[in-house]
Amino acid sequence: MVLKSEPLAKLASAGLRAISAQSVSLASGLDIRWLGFSYVAFRLLHTLRDRLSGRLPGLTLQDYLVYVIFFPAFTAGPIDRVQRFTQDFHHPVKLTAEKALQGGKRILLGIFSKFVLADGLALIALNTTNASQVTSTGWLWLMLYAFALRIFFDFAGYTDIAIGLGHLLGIQLPENFDQPYRKPNLTQFWNSWHITLANWFRAYFFNPLTRALRTSTSSIPAAFIIFFGQLSTFVLIGLWHGITWNFAIWGAWHGLGLFIHNRWTELLRSKGISFEARPRLQWLVRTAGTLLTFHYVSLGWVWFVLSTPEQSWKTLLKLVGIG
Amino acid sequence: MAESMKSASHFWKRVILKGVLLFLLLNFLFVPLDPLPALGRISAYNLVFPGRLRLPYGEVPEQAYNLSLYNLDAMFASHELAGRVKPASEYRVILVGDSSVWGYLLKPENTLAAYINASGLKVSDDRNVHAYNLGYPTMSITKDLLILSYAMQYQPDLVIWLITLESLPVQKQLDSPILQNNPSSVSDLITRYSLALDVQDPRFAGNSFLSRTIIGQRRDLADILRLQLYGVSWAATGIDQYYPVSYEPPQEDLDPDLSFQGLPPPVLDPSNLAMEVLSAGSTMAGNVPVLFVNEPIYISKGQNSEVRYNFFYPQWAYDQYRNIFSSSCHQDGWQCLDEWNLVPADEFTNSAIHMNPAGTQALAFQLQEAILSLSMH
Repeated sequence: MVLKSEPLAKLASAGLRAISAQSVSLASGLDIRWLGFSYVAFRLLHTLRDRLSGRLPGLTLQDYLVYVIFFPAFTAGPIDRVQRFTQDFHHPVKLTAEKALQGGKRILLGIFSKFVLADGLALIALNTTNASQVTSTGWLWLMLYAFALRIFFDFAGYTDIAIGLGHLLGIQLPENFDQPYRKPNLTQFWNSWHITLANWFRAYFFNPLTRALRTSTSSIPAAFIIFFGQLSTFVLIGLWHGITWNFAIWGAWHGLGLFIHNRWTELLRSKGISFEARPRLQWLVRTAGTLLTFHYVSLGWVWFVLSTPEQSWKTLLKLVGIG
Repeated sequence: MAESMKSASHFWKRVILKGVLLFLLLNFLFVPLDPLPALGRISAYNLVFPGRLRLPYGEVPEQAYNLSLYNLDAMFASHELAGRVKPASEYRVILVGDSSVWGYLLKPENTLAAYINASGLKVSDDRNVHAYNLGYPTMSITKDLLILSYAMQYQPDLVIWLITLESLPVQKQLDSPILQNNPSSVSDLITRYSLALDVQDPRFAGNSFLSRTIIGQRRDLADILRLQLYGVSWAATGIDQYYPVSYEPPQEDLDPDLSFQGLPPPVLDPSNLAMEVLSAGSTMAGNVPVLFVNEPIYISKGQNSEVRYNFFYPQWAYDQYRNIFSSSCHQDGWQCLDEWNLVPADEFTNSAIHMNPAGTQALAFQLQEAILSLSMH
């Protein structure tokens, strides 16, 4: 909590500076860093919860520590499950020429994605400075697209490197991305973007919460349970990135989007509407859905990348030609 | 197991061997082909993005959306000058000089060239005056000569070359990084115009085999790409410079030291000034008239201002420089303007030569009159 909140992190820094006879006025929220903390926390929470529910297999201390700090995935995942990881750890996949080639390819792909594509796009991607300097709507859209692609290539590139290293070490880390920007709706997007994080929150927050609401004595409408479950899950995912209004709104943006998609799907189902019999129409709907989803996600990045709700709102208005 | 390991080992040997061979081959080919100038001329500016209004220069690229690079072909290709075929209705004026011409701390619309263009000046044959900003920060008239050598291909009708004493000392001529990183072009100028500068200057960037390979040129290659990418931000924001929230004004109270660039008073020997570089520029321009302008300087009224004009100049040296400049103009038949005291002290920004928009506009007004006068010749 302290690390994720800038004011608290600054306060902690000031405290540490005070007790080590350093100038308190130099304290900054960026002083205290803990590389890979979030992902270590996810792994620890996963094992604690599974231990409580009796699903944790017997582990040696060595197994456990290697799982928690496995270096390719230490800083930014993927968040593996301990049950699967220890299986590979005890019986690593043999390094054949084919496996080596696979691993090497993933590492090269990751390096190219991260250091060429993502770092190149970073020069033109939307940020807190250029958001208020852009003079035309068209260029603002371009910068937003650049950010959307940059964050994907950055994270997916890192994941490729981690998975490739895992291949070389005989550990098959789980996939984290599956062409998310090509998905026709937000539900599929979140099944293919940062997959292991979404799975973690589904397993340890969304499912227990909705189960508890469904089994509560008072009858709560199913739609409300879905709404509340998705909204709270995604607000929590937002706040995991940092305790700020913008991250909370970004989470709510996705929670709300998922709920709307859920209701839309229900509506189509209840009316018996299906496009399967009409392939061309189905293609059209799918293409429109992909474009809509990509733009909904991209507009959501405005909340993610900018630092205040005011600036984000102004930028969103500018994107639609107002202001 | 053993067979699998053997196969993996064989595979890696082949991959590494082929990779190394291919990498070496590309590096060897890169040296004789020397593709950097040609690559520099391939530009998204003037095509996808509007051309820049001044040459690329930036100390804080991520905030300036601009960067300093040494590939003159790439620099010119990103400039608006490269994107315009000269129309018959245009009277083309190019401005060369230091950071005051480039417009340090000035927005693109507040530079000398921009004010000349905003005046809507027409010369006597009804052609529209269009001025192009080819100033470049760093103090060396040899740097200006190098830029002029590239600019002449764009058919100027008039060259305005703004100078100040700080750019003239012979020993400072090759200090500019852009000169040190273009050794063959600079050596060519030194030889062609018999300049009293050293073609073997040790500050010239290395010309070793390794420095001409992809490995040696990796920074230059990356700079060309970064320049293209920053074109998006330039097009989107119109910003090409980082403007600090505050800056130090020119020093008002001055040091009593009377020396200038290590030269003691009381006599400034003309041989210490690279006036021959100005002659070379005049020769290079051929039939195109060149107007030499001694640019305005900040004149302090603070402590020791009776012996120094400002941080740069002791009075004895600057006064003698003005005499030398005036004599050269007279003897060589140059067109000259001496505007040294045109701009009041409160119209300078962070140095003795950087003017604010008002000071720049005042100088632009003087230049407009000179342009009209010269266009009649």
